[in-house]
Amino acid sequence: MPVISYIQAVTQGLKEEMRRDNKVFVLGEDVGVRGGVFRATDGLYEEFGENRVLDTPLAESAIAGVGIGAAMYGMRPVAEMQFADFIMPAVNQIISEAAKVRYRSNNDWSVPMTIRAPYGGGVHGALYHSQSVEALFAGTPGLKIVMPSTPYDVKGLLKASIRSNDPVLFFEHKRAYRLIKGEVPEEDYTLPIGEADVKREGSDITVITYGLCVHFALQAAEKLEKDGIDVHILDLRTIYPLDKESVIQAAKKTGKVLLISEDNKEGGIISEVSAIISENCLFDLDSPIERLAGPDVPAMPYAPSMEKHFMMNPDKVEKAMRNLAEF
Amino acid sequence: MAIEKINMPQLGESVTEGTISTWLVKPGDKVEKYDPIAEVMTDKVNAEVPSSFTGTITELQAEEGDTISVGELICYIETTQGSDQSEAEDDIPEDKEKTETPPENKQKEEASGTKPRFSPAVVSLASKYDIDLKDVTGTGSGGRITRKDVEKFHSEGKGADVKEESKPSKVTAEPSPQKESAPSPSANTGDKEIPLSGVRKAIASNMVTSTTEIPHAWMMVEVDVTNLVKLREKHKESFKKEEGYSLTYFAFFVKAVAQALREYPELNSQWAGDKIIQKKDINLNIAVAKENELFVPVIKQADEKSVKGIARSISDLASKARQGKLTSEDMQGGTFTVNNTGSFGSVQSMGVINHPQSAILQVESIVKRPVYMDGMFGARDMVNLCLSLDHRVLDGLIAGNFLQKVKENLESLRLDDSIY
Repeated sequence: MPVISYIQAVTQGLKEEMRRDNKVFVLGEDVGVRGGVFRATDGLYEEFGENRVLDTPLAESAIAGVGIGAAMYGMRPVAEMQFADFIMPAVNQIISEAAKVRYRSNNDWSVPMTIRAPYGGGVHGALYHSQSVEALFAGTPGLKIVMPSTPYDVKGLLKASIRSNDPVLFFEHKRAYRLIKGEVPEEDYTLPIGEADVKREGSDITVITYGLCVHFALQAAEKLEKDGIDVHILDLRTIYPLDKESVIQAAKKTGKVLLISEDNKEGGIISEVSAIISENCLFDLDSPIERLAGPDVPAMPYAPSMEKHFMMNPDKVEKAMRNLAEF
Repeated sequence: MAIEKINMPQLGESVTEGTISTWLVKPGDKVEKYDPIAEVMTDKVNAEVPSSFTGTITELQAEEGDTISVGELICYIETTQGSDQSEAEDDIPEDKEKTETPPENKQKEEASGTKPRFSPAVVSLASKYDIDLKDVTGTGSGGRITRKDVEKFHSEGKGADVKEESKPSKVTAEPSPQKESAPSPSANTGDKEIPLSGVRKAIASNMVTSTTEIPHAWMMVEVDVTNLVKLREKHKESFKKEEGYSLTYFAFFVKAVAQALREYPELNSQWAGDKIIQKKDINLNIAVAKENELFVPVIKQADEKSVKGIARSISDLASKARQGKLTSEDMQGGTFTVNNTGSFGSVQSMGVINHPQSAILQVESIVKRPVYMDGMFGARDMVNLCLSLDHRVLDGLIAGNFLQKVKENLESLRLDDSIY
């Protein structure tokens, strides 16, 4: 199986879906001639032309709005927000329109749209190029939010998102784009939205996380293995709606749970995961549920030392895992 | 005067590593601040790394072809100005992290006070197995009894003396016995140590994958190519004059293989663990050697091309390979490999399959040999075709049929056949 990078998996997924279904089209800032600022849409303009790869004005509300309209008429738009940080002007379109159209029209209309956006820090991007915005959208029934960690998951879940008949927010970690590589089959496959995935089996402690933090956890787990600590890792993959079954199963397995997120700690996705565990697993818990997350400050700082302090990394993860194992 | 480090710079927001394509300096060179010191290639940009200091390069820490993560050391430089700013940059946060202990830890340690406290899991397990927790030794922090302690106590049969055993089991790192068995090769004085280039490393790892994963089987047929040789002689001179590149024997072989693959798609397939994937397109890898490097660029849709078209593709790919201009597009999508081993004078060889393909065909040297045919001996141009096959995907019968088809395609060539 060929080994490709996270971002190549995005491009491959888009290309294959556009070839398969001519209702699929791409729109966003600089996605056309330039091929996207990260090169995620590289080559699409050349292959599919200007009618299916649309360079839009710098107006995120319009990108989402045009996508919603096209989707309601049966197209399958894939809208790109150049950075997840820039999605804010489109929030009204996404939450008040895209997420609610099916409900409001009593099933007459739907919005089969995917919105892709690179999120996350650790790239010296400072506050407007580093945010994690998933918690703002989670808790909006009608939306699905997918945050894959590996190239294999990227391709399978992106294709599933495009084929989904309801709106999907697809957040890609921009630091993972060229950092994370993995085997991806060349043929067509999809992965189910709404299912978490066990990335490592273990019996001493359970780590539940998503996105780039999955890799930090895997790296730390390898180090701990040498000291006889056996770590179980669950990758949420879809962070809304959550795969409650898998969360409960993973938590019960060891009774010691560490939840990790790059986002600010309070009100994050992992807080909801924690609630699910405490509602369902009381008599299996052997330690308090631990959360490891970014500090509750407004943004990822620019100064390298401060960014390092804010950003999640394998050392912080290892330390938290070790503490929990020793509890 | 101070020794400073130069690190791999961040060459774009999503770029996490860069490959040093060329060093523009060597140890002992004097450089000005901002002078380029190396060319670096990433999949997003090609860029020059500027020196962060004025001074003399003392030591290079990376070879050409090495891929270095952003922020990792690439070389040392002895600066002429006093060192002041640079040290301050990275050291401070490390110390800070050590001194401040996270507040959560305190709460745990308090638990080790006077009265033992049990987690819900421990209490429910103890009541399920009817265990008196006073008999269980805790291995958690402050001697806390963990869920694992209770499970272990139960699995060993309650009342068993677990006190001594329970502690050390967690921390023993097992020594790995395998390491000692095979002594690794070491260089003696006078031996020359040759560092591995990026391409060499890639070849090595691909070959190991191919030979460890694929059960190889081999087969060879002998083909009479007297007519092919005549046909090529007829066009050779005029072709070169008109087209500007050579009409090689290899082009005819590639054509014959591509045609045979159309008829036997089983050989144009890949092992995928739980299934076999038969590829629709016939994209042939050809091996191109360049000094001590080996590339396998691809002739796309080879079955749709004429002999001339194939000759052109071979010529283009070979010259690109020699100039180091092959793109990843040129290298991708191959479904079967044809290797021109005859060009080094080989008459028989066992090819290593180009993973994940299922077969490779070696075209050996064409030699003149006496052959008995039509009741008499005659001098004929003969060639061996050697096939390596993935025995998980293919068996002897189908591989044999395929080789017979290639043979037939080659032997049925006539002097008046068109090459266009």
